[in-house]
Amino acid sequence: MSVASTKRKIYKATMLSLSNICMAITVALVFFLIIYIFVKSIPYFSWELLSTSPSYLKGTIGVLPDIMNTIYIIFMALVLVLPMGVGTAIYLNEYSNRPKVEKAIEYCIETLAGIPSIIYGLVGMLVFCQFMGLQTSLLAGALTLMIMNLPTIIRTTQESLKTVPQSYREGAFGLGAAKWRVIRTVVLPCCIDGIVTGCILSVGRMMGESAALLFTAGFAHNLNGFFDAMHSAGATLTVALYVYAKEQGRFDVAFVIAAILMLMSLVINITATVLARRIQNKKGE
Amino acid sequence: MSENNANAAAEGNIFTVSKFNLWYGDHHALHNINMDIKEHTITALIGPSGCGKSTFIRNLNRMNDLIPSTKLEGSILYNNEELVNSDIDVSKLRKEVGMVFQKPNPFPMSIYDNIAYGPRTHGVRNRAKLDNLVTESLKSAAIYEEVKDRMSSSALGLSGGQQQRLCIARALAVQPRVLLMDEPTSALDPISTGKIEELAMQLKEKYTIVIVTHNMQQALRISDYTAFFLLGDLVEFGPTEKIFTKPEDKRTEDYITGRFG
Repeated sequence: MSVASTKRKIYKATMLSLSNICMAITVALVFFLIIYIFVKSIPYFSWELLSTSPSYLKGTIGVLPDIMNTIYIIFMALVLVLPMGVGTAIYLNEYSNRPKVEKAIEYCIETLAGIPSIIYGLVGMLVFCQFMGLQTSLLAGALTLMIMNLPTIIRTTQESLKTVPQSYREGAFGLGAAKWRVIRTVVLPCCIDGIVTGCILSVGRMMGESAALLFTAGFAHNLNGFFDAMHSAGATLTVALYVYAKEQGRFDVAFVIAAILMLMSLVINITATVLARRIQNKKGE
Repeated sequence: MSENNANAAAEGNIFTVSKFNLWYGDHHALHNINMDIKEHTITALIGPSGCGKSTFIRNLNRMNDLIPSTKLEGSILYNNEELVNSDIDVSKLRKEVGMVFQKPNPFPMSIYDNIAYGPRTHGVRNRAKLDNLVTESLKSAAIYEEVKDRMSSSALGLSGGQQQRLCIARALAVQPRVLLMDEPTSALDPISTGKIEELAMQLKEKYTIVIVTHNMQQALRISDYTAFFLLGDLVEFGPTEKIFTKPEDKRTEDYITGRFG
């Protein structure tokens, strides 16, 4: 009896310390990464770097075009992916009553989610840039990002559609509302938080995407307005990071970009939390 | 056919159910149901769980359309219009035949928007008219006094009993002729139940009510007619008093005296 309990105690203590060690390593890694990037980048942060375009004449470098390209491409990709993804989720969850077709579509979506991003880039280049004649452009990049992020939007929307109680739908149908009205006025408003979550996940992914954009959106550093940018080539921050570090050996600029990207993802996470809380509060009123 | 219709109308029947059968897939859930429901009466549907009473009531406003693989046979005439397998305007039917569900299901919106949902669905946009409908419906459902100062706060903040009366008000706001109630008090406490029963008896003046209930006392207290369902059969149907005092069928007697169920 006492032998067994001693064994148990040792076992418990070992497991506890093992999991503590894992936790400590994880935390240390995160902090190391963050601190390392900031220590490496802070000396090179300057207003000029953040607010100008690169100039060959003056021999200066600026990352403003890359920041703007990142924002443009994310915006465009979201505008494209939201209706597609939400529409698909609505079809699957609310309209389709053919389980086999649903299974097939869901299987395709799963597969889509598992394809490495460089393959999206390759196909995007051949289809959007060449076959559809968009050339290497932010629009081609946004279209590629749209396809990449469809699974995320579809899945998160579907999950939140499933959480809408059937009784809400019955209540609305019982009052004589037609299907689309039920979806638009009762079901979708309940899903906003899920859809917002999906968007934020997608924005994070788009911001970090480089492989697919290397092929489709290109490397240019020109500062353009939104519509001009859409049909001209442009590097996003991640692509610019690669170019500066690998091809020009400018690790100072690369680390500044890394720091900007980290700050952006921090902002996105905070926005997500605040939004989620606000939506929750509104519901609980 | 037209002769039948004329007869049905003459007798003041709002629903005439004849030889009605229903299958869920291979499961034969309702067998050969025949029943006439008169206007301005309360008809109670009683019977043990799974006997088909909820299934039946959901055919009176075609809510069973929502369940795939349902197969129907026979006839249900509403106001001389065929409901079974016909292509009537379901939206219009449900406007006239409202429904209150087992669990209170207010939408996650304000009290006002909940009540206005139905009228807005059917095209009422005029603010004054909407205000009027909302107020009148809340008054008819005996909940106006409790919510008049918080019309713009969420309906989910109300108690269960209040939510159910709100759902009744929501159903009344589209000015139906019939109110179907599917065990409206099974999730409520005795006081709220009492209020809903009282309300049902008042509403009988203007509406026809069909109510599914597990509670035989409730059926006895409020209904004019009672239908006893068992395993998908309509065992007995008649004036409530007669069903409870002189049932013709042995099974009805066993059930109402509590020998099973």
